[in-house]
Amino acid sequence: MLDRSVDPVIRVQGLCNRFGSQLVHDDLNMEVRQNEIFGVVGGSGTGKSVLLRSILGLRDPDGGTVELYGRDVKSLASADRSSLVQSYGVTFQNGALISSLTVAQNIQLPLLEHYSLSENTLDELAQLNLALVGLEPEAGAKFPSQLSGGMIKRAALARALALEPKLLFLDEPTAGLDPISAAAFDELMLYLHSQLRLTIVMITHDLDSLFRTCSRVGVIVDKHMISDTLDGLLENPHPWIHSYFHGPRARAAEKEIHG
Amino acid sequence: MTASLALEPEGSGWRLQLRGDWSLAAIAQIEAQLKGLPATLHGSMLCDWSQAEAPGIGPAWVLLRQLADIDPQPPVLLHTGGPPDFLQLLQKLQPVRRAPDRMHAPPRTLRGLIGKLGRWSVLQGRHARGVLDFLGRIASVIGQAFSRPRGWRVSSLARHVYETGITAIPIVSLIAFLISVIVAYLGAQQLARFGADIFVVDLVTIAVLREMGVLLTAIILAGRSGSAFAAEIGVMQLNEETDALRAMGMNPIEMLVVPRVLALIIVLPLLTVIADAMGLAGGGLLSLINLHIPLPQFTTRLRESLGPTTFWAGLIKAPVFAALIGIVGTYRGMQVRDSARELGRLTTVAVVQSIFMVILADALFAVLFVQIGF
Repeated sequence: MLDRSVDPVIRVQGLCNRFGSQLVHDDLNMEVRQNEIFGVVGGSGTGKSVLLRSILGLRDPDGGTVELYGRDVKSLASADRSSLVQSYGVTFQNGALISSLTVAQNIQLPLLEHYSLSENTLDELAQLNLALVGLEPEAGAKFPSQLSGGMIKRAALARALALEPKLLFLDEPTAGLDPISAAAFDELMLYLHSQLRLTIVMITHDLDSLFRTCSRVGVIVDKHMISDTLDGLLENPHPWIHSYFHGPRARAAEKEIHG
Repeated sequence: MTASLALEPEGSGWRLQLRGDWSLAAIAQIEAQLKGLPATLHGSMLCDWSQAEAPGIGPAWVLLRQLADIDPQPPVLLHTGGPPDFLQLLQKLQPVRRAPDRMHAPPRTLRGLIGKLGRWSVLQGRHARGVLDFLGRIASVIGQAFSRPRGWRVSSLARHVYETGITAIPIVSLIAFLISVIVAYLGAQQLARFGADIFVVDLVTIAVLREMGVLLTAIILAGRSGSAFAAEIGVMQLNEETDALRAMGMNPIEMLVVPRVLALIIVLPLLTVIADAMGLAGGGLLSLINLHIPLPQFTTRLRESLGPTTFWAGLIKAPVFAALIGIVGTYRGMQVRDSARELGRLTTVAVVQSIFMVILADALFAVLFVQIGF
């Protein structure tokens, strides 16, 4: 099933995560290949965000290994880790923009940290990233509290793109957006994916978004992950997966995509 | 290989040869190289990407912006040598170019100064109105609570009495004890020179009961609880929790502010009594060890030095200090808007201002007590 000729960007093997006596992940395996949009779905409390935090190294898993670009995240020296961090971008569920900085300053923050640049170039790069995510240049001068929900998601994406990563992690990128903004965000993702050749890992509950953008989807059920193409998952007999992809909302989303 | 840039004449125009590392990692060098480009050029322009390694989108953007600034615009601008795919995307985004609006500081003239003063006055006026409004709301909630017992929020009140009062007993006791020992020790050094050792008792009694017991307790609570009030309510503001309360028909002043202020008003006098006792104990202990004044003699002397109002002159200030600390802390918390930095700033303001208010009030009390012979 897996194409062995291309090394996966992300390889998670035998991941275990527990909180107290509650086991969230047990021997979870996951592979994300070069240049795909990989969706992660699962019921509430199945540990989607925990999985993301484990991959990013924000949480030490209780077992298993996480490899990014073939390198074990845990065993990296701090210098290598810093270069690894620069190779991916992340957006968090609520944007996590620094509230005391303007949007432009938020975008410039990682650039300032890693490069010494003139103010002019910093402004140029901030404008580039704003333009990439479809925000007006004026939005750069605003503070996060002055933005609408959709703009916050875009601004967070602009910050995630600032270091020109090849890998993007998006946590619920379309949650809380109206259908039009959410659809626009899907298009933006597809656009950036094709133009910048990004690999995208996306946690989402948005079925429209899932059908529109994802080439493969990983479902977390029974503490494991089942990864397949959407068509494969539609045929999957597992009861949770079946009801997820054949519920009333899923059918509507599916109909829209496949006509 | 480091990034470089060569401008060579070719035919009737120019060829811009890009070489070396053109990824974002080399952006600082690329920036320096681009500065070398002349601002005025005539003729067409050909950008050759064939020798640029791993071109990044940021550097490409900066280059395009620079080329767009060339005066007059080259009639033909072409990219060859396998330009990166995203170049088309960038060219599409180009038209949004606009000079960044920089904030200009108003000139330092007399008019500017008067304007500044005016803005400051208006701000202060608004601020004073805000405080007045806040006090009014508290008063109205307390007034309503007399006819509506649920308005007292007893369980919330109890929690705050515990958190601001009971858990503060150890630190208040320790500090009152230590300060009083220090005062007695230094006082004894001076008084011993006149052979007036016994007056150490008077010194400790009056200093602790009239001033230090209540003042120290108030300052500890301002640092301990005033900051907690501001931070707790401030985070609730940031999370829109106070708006949620309002939307559910609950009054945040009644739910959050009044229980905290009342708890402090209840707790501070009680803590002051404890601080007084610990202070006297400290004085007594030092007198015993350092001056060899036995305990019965200490207590006799203590009673003699005690005026009818000495104890009350200290205690009567406690509820006033408590109200000041509680109101300043909660008011600053309710002011938090928008950002984490505001939260930090207003928490600092809450502590600094409540300590200042307490000391100012103490000074006024001192003058008042002298005037009325209390």
